[in-house]
Parts: sequence; structure tokens; C-alpha cells
Amino acid sequence: MDALLFLTFATIAVACAINLVLQTHPIASALSLVGVMGSLAVLYLLLGGEFIAAVQVIVYAGAIMVLFVFVIMLLNAAAEKKTKKPALRAVVAVPLLFTFLMLVAYLIQTQVPKGPGVQFGGFSGGSPADIGRALFTTYILPFEITSVVILIAILGAVVLARKEV
Amino acid sequence: MPANLVPSASEFLRISPEILLTLVGTLMMTLESMFSRKRTLGVIAFIALLAAIGLSVAAHGDPGEAFHGMIRVDGFTTFFRILVFATGMLTILMSANYLEKAHAESAEFYALLVFCIVGQSLMVSSNELIMIFIGLETSSIASYVLAGYLRADRRNSEAALKYFLLGSFATAFLLYGVAWTYGITGTTNLSAIRQFLLGGQGSESALLLLAAAALMFVGFAFKVSAAPFQMWAPDVYQGAPAPVSAFLSAGPKAAAFAMFFRVALTAFEPIKGNWEPLLWASALATMVIGNFAALRQTNIKRLLAYSSIAHAGYVMVALTTASETGTAAAMFYLAAYAAMNLGAFAVVTHVARRGERYVEVNDMAGLSIRQPATAALLTIFLLSLIGVPLTGGFFGKFYIFKAALDANLVWLTVLGLLNSAVAAYYYLRIVVVMYMQPPAEGDTVLESPSAGIAVTIWATAVATVLLGVLPGFVLDFAGRSAGFAR
Repeated sequence: MDALLFLTFATIAVACAINLVLQTHPIASALSLVGVMGSLAVLYLLLGGEFIAAVQVIVYAGAIMVLFVFVIMLLNAAAEKKTKKPALRAVVAVPLLFTFLMLVAYLIQTQVPKGPGVQFGGFSGGSPADIGRALFTTYILPFEITSVVILIAILGAVVLARKEV
Repeated sequence: MPANLVPSASEFLRISPEILLTLVGTLMMTLESMFSRKRTLGVIAFIALLAAIGLSVAAHGDPGEAFHGMIRVDGFTTFFRILVFATGMLTILMSANYLEKAHAESAEFYALLVFCIVGQSLMVSSNELIMIFIGLETSSIASYVLAGYLRADRRNSEAALKYFLLGSFATAFLLYGVAWTYGITGTTNLSAIRQFLLGGQGSESALLLLAAAALMFVGFAFKVSAAPFQMWAPDVYQGAPAPVSAFLSAGPKAAAFAMFFRVALTAFEPIKGNWEPLLWASALATMVIGNFAALRQTNIKRLLAYSSIAHAGYVMVALTTASETGTAAAMFYLAAYAAMNLGAFAVVTHVARRGERYVEVNDMAGLSIRQPATAALLTIFLLSLIGVPLTGGFFGKFYIFKAALDANLVWLTVLGLLNSAVAAYYYLRIVVVMYMQPPAEGDTVLESPSAGIAVTIWATAVATVLLGVLPGFVLDFAGRSAGFAR
């Protein structure tokens, strides 16, 4: 059952991700991204990460995607212009991408079930209480430093967006 | 309430440099309205970094872990903390006058610089992959903005955008590698990963583990500008404001190497037989690409960028040895490189003048006549970059290649030495232009160096020569600190 659900939603996630890159219209890409986020939430749920799954839907599929769409609307993205890319890049890139994907798929297929970290159904530390405890004990320092990272991002936005200089 | 919820006083002491700098960086924005002269803020940042060096030394008196193994204070940490803080201080000295001339001196610049250094300090002191990643992001995001700081200058914007896009991409690879590592080992603590691998449990998923290590290598190699992920460096160093290029080539690079060494030689040391060939190839490619591409450059910032790639290659040789002597040699080398490269960039900043109009190698013409002292000091830096005896660069290269020979990397040593010979050509070309060519006609007046630039040039020159004449002190400390706690 786990495997079936995993394969279904993993396929949807990958298909949406590929669609995201292929679409020429930004809004269509953004909607594909919602598909990726949604199927990822299901994958988290399969792994026993209830809290992460909920956050994935609320924060990523909800808030952040709304922001993306807003920005796209505000910038009023113009029609895409085709640029000439070196032919070599296209010839090399696509086979390399597929090689990479196949390698990943092969590795996950053959190796992952043996690892102790990720196991379907074998994990039960994903409740909000568990996450909260981890955040405020073991991971308190990275948690706090993350707020510094956000502060830097705000500061950087101010620097790069100001009028003068 | 469990006892471990409240960190002890010594745990706070171990991260006191970061706490101090974060507070100063945050206060900087409030303080801006209090001081009409922005230079005061630079002075505050300078003093804060000096105090942070003091705190690092104090923390060194009480080594150990803090915050559930996130931070580990040992000799290695202290060495690199002092190195990045000192780099930051020299960057402030170099940039104050530069920014004033560009009418861009502001609290934001100093705040971003201080935050960037907080990130590097966390990178070098962290013993945990999540903490390393967040430290790296702290440093990276601040440096993306610093690279594009002078927004009106198109070269700045180009540098910032390229750096940001490629940097984010590389970080994503690193994070993917971390996720895989966690998936295999069930932990992100470097020592715990090592225990897991030593226990032989990794053998079942050996292939997956190698893939994880390879993904992390992509991220690290990008940050240290090692081949084949070095393409960003020339564009970024050429486009960014000169003091920022100096900073990027010294501070973040040293910090990135520190975390690269720690991760490779702690967590992944048990499987070193697998990754050594990869590093061997990367080290060689980095040296060759850096040195041969530098031969053709006419822009001096771009030339120094390729030279910085080449020097990253030498440090990669030290990493390939995967030994304690190699680590000590790399520590010494990074300190010497920071000194000589900051010095060279300081002279470039000075000669470039307002708006960076004079950044070609030919603009150095006649510098020996117009400002003999500056020309002489730049010659010292360039000789040190070549690796001439009696300079820090010589002992740096000497110890690295000695460590490589000890580790039986004979071919890498031979090819590395041939590379250094090639490098002599493009460094000496600058010296020749300075001493043999008359100043170009119609060249604007070159003022004498500002106080900040002068102090930077003299201080780095003294450091370069001291490391070349009396390498013992730094080398002893590096040698004692090179063994990682496992």
C-alpha cells in the first residue's frame, strides 16, 4: 500500500516538476509547482511526518505560492522570447538529466530500504509536539540562526531595492 | 524541566563571538540614525571584530561542544575564527574610503559584512551538517548582496545576480547531499556519521553514500571555487566592488575550506579511499584551469580571480592527502593566502580609483615611479603569490607539497609544481608593467593611499613577510590543531 501510494504521488510530483520547467507561461508553471508541493505533502505523510505535511500544504502550497502568483501578476510577465542556446548544451543536458534521474531512481530502489533514517511506516517522530521539542532543545541554535538569515535577507532587499546611491 | 534545556555558561562562552557580532550587526541599523558620520559605524564594526577575536581566544581556553553538539570549539575552530575576523577587519579598513568616494558608505554595508562573518564563524565551528548549512547560508546570502552593493554600477548587479543564481543552485546540491546522508545514517552530526560508517553499517548502502558525498562535494567545490565549479569566480570578482572581491577571495573561501576539511576528514574519513581520486582530479583541474586561464587576462581583478582559483587548487591538494600534516599545511596556506591576496586587492582598490576605471594590468604602468612604496609592497604580494622564498606563499606551498609527497601523491606534486612555475609568468608580468613601463599619458592623478588602504597594505605585507621568515608560530598552532575530534 505504502509503495503504491509512494509511486503514485512520486510520479505526480516528478511530472508536475517537469511540466513546471516546460511551461512557457509563468502562471502555468506556478500551478505546476502547487502540484509538486501537494504531492510532496502526501509523501511526507507516508513517512510519518504529519506536522511537516501540514506545514507543506499551509505554508508552501498556500502562502508562498500565493506570493509567487502575486509577484507574477504584479510584474505582468511579458511574452517569452526565445533565446538562442548553444546546441551542445541542449544535446548534452537532456541525456545528462535523464542519466541523473535514472541513477537516483536506481539508488532509491536498491539501497534506501536498508537505511535506518528513512523507512515507510517505521517512523513516529513527526507530531507537532516532537517537532517542537526538537526545535527547542537539540536544534535551538540552528533555529535561532535561521532568524538571522531572514534578517539578512530583509536587509539585503533594502540595500538592493533602495533608490539612491 | 530537563537540565539540558538551559545551556551552561561555558556553552555560551563557546559561541560568544557569534553572539557579540550578531548583536552588533543588528544594532548597526539602529545606530545609523545616531551618527551622521557613517565612518563611526565602520569603527564600531572594526572594534566588534577585534573583541570577537578576544572572545575566540577566551573560548579556546575552554574547548568542547556546545548546544547539543552543534558547535565544537577546538584549535581548528579558533584558528579559522581569528582568520575570518581579521579578514573582516582588513576589509573594513579597505572599504571605508572606497565607499565614501562612491557616496555609498552606509550602516547596511557594515551590518551585512558583520553578518557575513557571523556565518563564516559558524561554518568553521560547526560539527553538524544542519548547522554548517545554515552558517553557509548566512554567509552566502550576505555576500550575494555585498557583491551587488553599488547598485548603480552595472558590473555589480551582474556579479550579484550570477553569484546568487549559481550559489543557490550549488547550495541546493549540498542540501540534497545532507538529506541523503541523513537518510542513510539517521544523523547529521559529523562524529555520529563517522561512528556509523566505522561500525560498517554503511556497507549496505555504500553506493548511496557515495552519491550523497558527491552531491555535497558539488556544494563545497562551488564555495571554494574548485573545478569544475569555478566558473562563477572570475565574473563575480571582476564585477563586485574591489574591497568586496578581496573579502570574498579570503574570508568566505577560508571558511568554506574549513568546513570542507572538517566534513571530509571527520564524517567521511572512513570512506576516503572512495573520494580521494575525485579530489585528486578536481585539485589538478583547478590548478591547471586557474593558472592557464590567468595567463590571458588583461583585467587585473579577473587575473586575481583566476589566481584565486589556482590557489584553491593547491589547498585541494592538501585536502586530497586526507592527513593531519595536509590539514595543517592547508591552514597555514589559507592564512598566508588571505594576507597576500588582501594586500594585492588593496593595491588594486587603490589604483582603480573612483568608479574603478583603472583595473587593467596596463594601468599599473609606472606605479614604481609615481608611488614607489606601493609598487614595492605589491611586488612582495605578487612574489608571495608565486611562492618565492622568504614569503608566506613559499612556506604555504612547501608544506602542502611536502604533505602530498608524504601521502605518496607524487604525480599531483609534480604537476602542482609545474603549475606554480606557469603562475610566475602572469604575476611577474604585473611587476614588469609596474617597473619597466612609463605611466600612460593623460592618466589622472593618483592620490597617495588613504589611511585605511595604507594600513591594510602595510599590515598584510608585514604578515606575508613574517609568515615567510618566522612560519613556526602559526605552523605550530596549525599542527597542534589539525587533528579533528572524532
